[in-house]
Order: sequence, then structure tokens, then C-alpha cells
Amino acid sequence: MATDLSFEKPLVELQDKIKELRKFTEEKGIDFTDEVIRLEAKAKNLAEQIYGNLTPWQRVQISRHPERPTTLDYIGHIFTDFVEMHGDRLYGDDLSIVGGIARLEGRPVTVIGHQKGKDTKENISRNFGMAHPEGYRKALRLMKQADKFNRPIITFINTQGAYPGKAAEERGQSEAIARNLLEMANLSVPVICVVMGEGGSGGALAISVGNYIYMLENSIYSVISPEGAAALLWKDSTLAMRAAESMKITAPDLLDLGIIDEMIPEPFGGAHRDVVKQSQSIKESLLRGLEELLPMSPEELKTQRYNKFKQIGTFKALS
Amino acid sequence: MLKDLFGKKRKFATVPTDSSRMQQVPVIEQKEVPEGLMHKCSHCGSIHYSKDLEKNLKVCKSCQHHFILSSTERVQSLLDNGWFIEEFDADLLSNNPLQFPGYEEKLEQDKEKTNLNEAVITGQGLLKGQPVILGVMDSRFRMGSMGSVVGEKITRAIERAKERKLPFILFSASGGARMQEGMISLMQMAKTSAALAQLSNERVLFISVMTNPTTGGVSASFASLGDINIAEPGALIGFAGRRIIEQTIRQELPKDFQTAEFLLKNGQLDMVVHRKEMRDKLAQLVAMHTVWEGA
Ligand SMILES: [Zn+2]
Repeated sequence: MATDLSFEKPLVELQDKIKELRKFTEEKGIDFTDEVIRLEAKAKNLAEQIYGNLTPWQRVQISRHPERPTTLDYIGHIFTDFVEMHGDRLYGDDLSIVGGIARLEGRPVTVIGHQKGKDTKENISRNFGMAHPEGYRKALRLMKQADKFNRPIITFINTQGAYPGKAAEERGQSEAIARNLLEMANLSVPVICVVMGEGGSGGALAISVGNYIYMLENSIYSVISPEGAAALLWKDSTLAMRAAESMKITAPDLLDLGIIDEMIPEPFGGAHRDVVKQSQSIKESLLRGLEELLPMSPEELKTQRYNKFKQIGTFKALS
Repeated sequence: MLKDLFGKKRKFATVPTDSSRMQQVPVIEQKEVPEGLMHKCSHCGSIHYSKDLEKNLKVCKSCQHHFILSSTERVQSLLDNGWFIEEFDADLLSNNPLQFPGYEEKLEQDKEKTNLNEAVITGQGLLKGQPVILGVMDSRFRMGSMGSVVGEKITRAIERAKERKLPFILFSASGGARMQEGMISLMQMAKTSAALAQLSNERVLFISVMTNPTTGGVSASFASLGDINIAEPGALIGFAGRRIIEQTIRQELPKDFQTAEFLLKNGQLDMVVHRKEMRDKLAQLVAMHTVWEGA
């Protein structure tokens, strides 16, 4: 059963009532069909009202939904023959990032993504999807392997951010992220990045320097969490809702700003309501993107990627 | 009495929770060395003539604490004749892409306070006779945070270094990304790093010098990507903030955590160089990267 978010409550209550009436009709033989039809129409209206006008803060909540599909969920539905690879060959294997080789409609590709857990136990082993340097270095190792064997790279982004810990700093969290940014710019294969949950700052960017950046409709991508921004800017983390509005972190906003290339629609109510359908639409976008990128030469791919990031920024000249 | 003599109180842009650290690493001081006749070191408490401190490149003679230099003072301390031969893109100004409330006012305030247009200056100059491209960030302007203009000026400086095949030296001093520019700010990390990838492919030298403070998105992009990574003594360098880490791991961090010396010990830096030796060291390194044509 899905965990419901507070703004979904009126709809959930209505749906529960419909269910109850149906049960009554079945079990007690009292005919509530007319009432059910009336309420179903009402529920449909209400759903359109709620999900058709999601506020940035509501999207933040959906992006963090405990049942939000993870990288491994999408890998299972979009690709075949996934073979997971482990370790950065320098320090360890960071389970908050998964990666390996898989087939996309038959073509071998390298797939990498942040991995959040499904329950508390898994979340602890995966550090809630927050990577240490070895996670980014594993990702880089797999990307260079892809580059060597001429495989396109697909990344899935879903992290609160890089892990803020003592060991992470000691092992060079900054350098690990920075190195990925530089090396990804140099890859001579197509790179498509899909932000499908939380795109948290440098920890998200570290596997997101692609030719195309896609975002699921209810994902967020931000320089700092809304809570963090509120704490820093207004010294009050409860103003996170306000920060979410001001900071332009939703897919529609980032599409407008030219930061992302495509917004992938989600099923009504969010990706977790229909992971199969969601996977299908991601797959279609990936195939379309690769069709455009695959004919490009290594140099063209690098140039396209460079120019894409180079043009981000707004300024004026002193008059 | 004494207090008055030594001018304004230290001001901190952020308030560290732990007072020992406040002494150790002042994050941002609005006016590190007041114009007054005398100056009391905020680090060790010793008293110096302000003139002497200036002469000593704003390094305390007693405890060697490196006070923050403005970007113009930094250029003065490094380049022949104290300034660029050609300054780049001095006319670029930030606008407010997200219509973020209060951002324009803050930019205006900092412009007035610092006499700068943005948090980095870039240009070409001579380092002991050797042409170099130099960028210097200024932590007094919006805490040296990286928005569009900072990212663009650094990217253009790197592109010029690539075209002119001149060594690129960048002094970082930054609290990280500029929140008021949101994702546009984050993307400057990718943009500057991508430019460095091209510079590296052309085998042009990049020396990164991290000064107090070099944190967040700046630390996690160009500042960490030098062919040679240098830091000034005592500089605060790191990805995540000390307070956030302490809250996350529920553990007190060692005193020297995220200092230049801590990074050196952990293999993240090539060297820590005293400010008074910086010009000589950089000139020496640049000279060793010019094409060797034999004796
Ligand atoms: Zn001192």
C-alpha cells in the first residue's frame, strides 16, 4: 500500500469511501452504483486538481517518497542482462552508487546510478544514497571502462547529496566530485543523465555531466536542499516550502531555465504509482536521445557537451 | 581604551558553533586589518603596527596566521609591477536570473563595500618575467560564492590560457555555490571543470592555490583540479561544513579538521606554501614547465 502524502489526503479519503461502497454493494447486496459513479467522477476531478497543479513543495515530497522507484527498479524494467560491477580499485565498494553493464534494446550500455534503500536496513547499507568518494570513483571507473569499449553511458540521479562525513572529507570528497566533472566532460561516448528523484547538489552533479539531462516530472535538482537553503538564507529551516518556491528546483522550472533538455512525464500521482509505465516512458526518451547522439563522432559529442554547459549562466555587461 | 585603539571588532559572516574554531579559522572577516595605527592579531592576540603587518603581506609575525587578502592585494603580491598587463571581463555583472528576493540589493552592497564588480578578477600578467593567466577570488564579495559571472570569468580565463598556451594560476577563496542563482550556480562547477578538461588536453599547466576559505562547490570543482594543488597555511578547505558533519556523524571533529595541513596529511595537496614564499614558488614551478631546450 502506498504511503500517502498529506496533500493527497482528501483524495485518499474519497477513494476509501468508494471502496467501502463497492464492498457494501458486493457483500450486502445494497446497490450503491449511482453513488459510486458520482464519487468516482468527483475523485477524478479532485485528482486532476491536486496532481495537475502540484506546488514545488509537493513535488519535493513526491521526489522523496519512500516508495519512489530506485535505480535498480528502473534497471530491471528498462534494460536486460544487467551485470553489476563493484569497487573503485582504490579504497572500497560504495553501495550508495550502483553500476554495471546492461543491454538497452540489445545494445550494450553502461548504467550507473545512486541507490537508495527500500527499507531502513537497506537504507543503512546504502547510506541513504549518499556517496563517499569511493562511490564517485567507482562511477568514474565504470565510465572510463564504457569509454574504452565504446558503450553509451546512462546515469540515474537520486541523492540528497554527497555524504557529509569525516571519512568522506579525509578521502577527498571534493576531489572525487571535481574529478568526475572534468573526466565526464572528456568522455567520447554518448552520456544521458536522468534525474529521477532528488538531485542534491554536487553529489548529484558528480554523475550528471551528460550530453542530455532528463528529469522526471516530479524530481527536483537543486544546489542545496530547500531545508538547507532556508536555514542559511533566513536562519529558519521551517521555511523550506518558501525556499522550494524561490529556488526553481522542479523539472518544469529547470526546463524553462535551459538547465535540462527534457522533462519526462510521470503517471498521475507520481512514478511510484506505476513503475512499469514510468520505465516505459524513460526508455522511450533514452532511445530517442541515443538515436540522436550515436551518429556523432567523439569530438562532436565532447563539443556538444562542452557547449551545453558553457552556455549556462546569465550576466550583463557594464554599460 | 585598548579596544578603541584597535578599531572595529571582528565580524563573522557566519557564526560557528564552536568557539575554539572561531579563533582558529575566522571564516569571513569583513575587515581583517583595520586602517588604525595598531593591529591586534585575532588569532594569537599579539599587537603589531598595521604598517608592519601590511609589509608582511598580512601575515602575523608572531603566530604566522594568514589574514584574508583582497583580490587586488593578492595580485599586487604576485605579479610584476603589482597588476595585470591585461585584465579580462572586468565589466561582467550579475543579474538576478531567478528573481531571488533581495539578491540585487546584496550585490549592490558588496560592490560598494569592495569596489569590485564580482567575486573574481582575472587577467594576464607577468610572474618574474613569465607570462601567466591569473585568477583571484575575493571572499569579501558574497563570500566569494560562485554564480554565473564567477563561473563565466573563470571559464573565459581558462579558454584564454588554452588559446595562448599560457600557464593558468587560480587563487580560490569561496564559500561555495551562490544560492541566489540556484541551479545556474551549480552548473558553473561543471562548466569550469569542462573548460579545465580542455586545458588539460592541450597540456597547459594549471596550478590551483586554495586560500581561506575554499569550500563547497568551489572546492568540489576547479579548486581541486590543479596539476599542482597548493594551499596557504591554516586555510579552511573542505566539501561539507563542519557543523553539518558534526550533526550528521554525532561526533566532535579534530581541531585541525579541514585545514590545509589536514589536507596535506591526507594526501589531498601537493604542498602548503607560506604567503611570503608564494610568488617565488609559483615562478619556480612555472619555469619548470616551459619547454626545455637544453643547456
Ligand atoms: Zn598572531
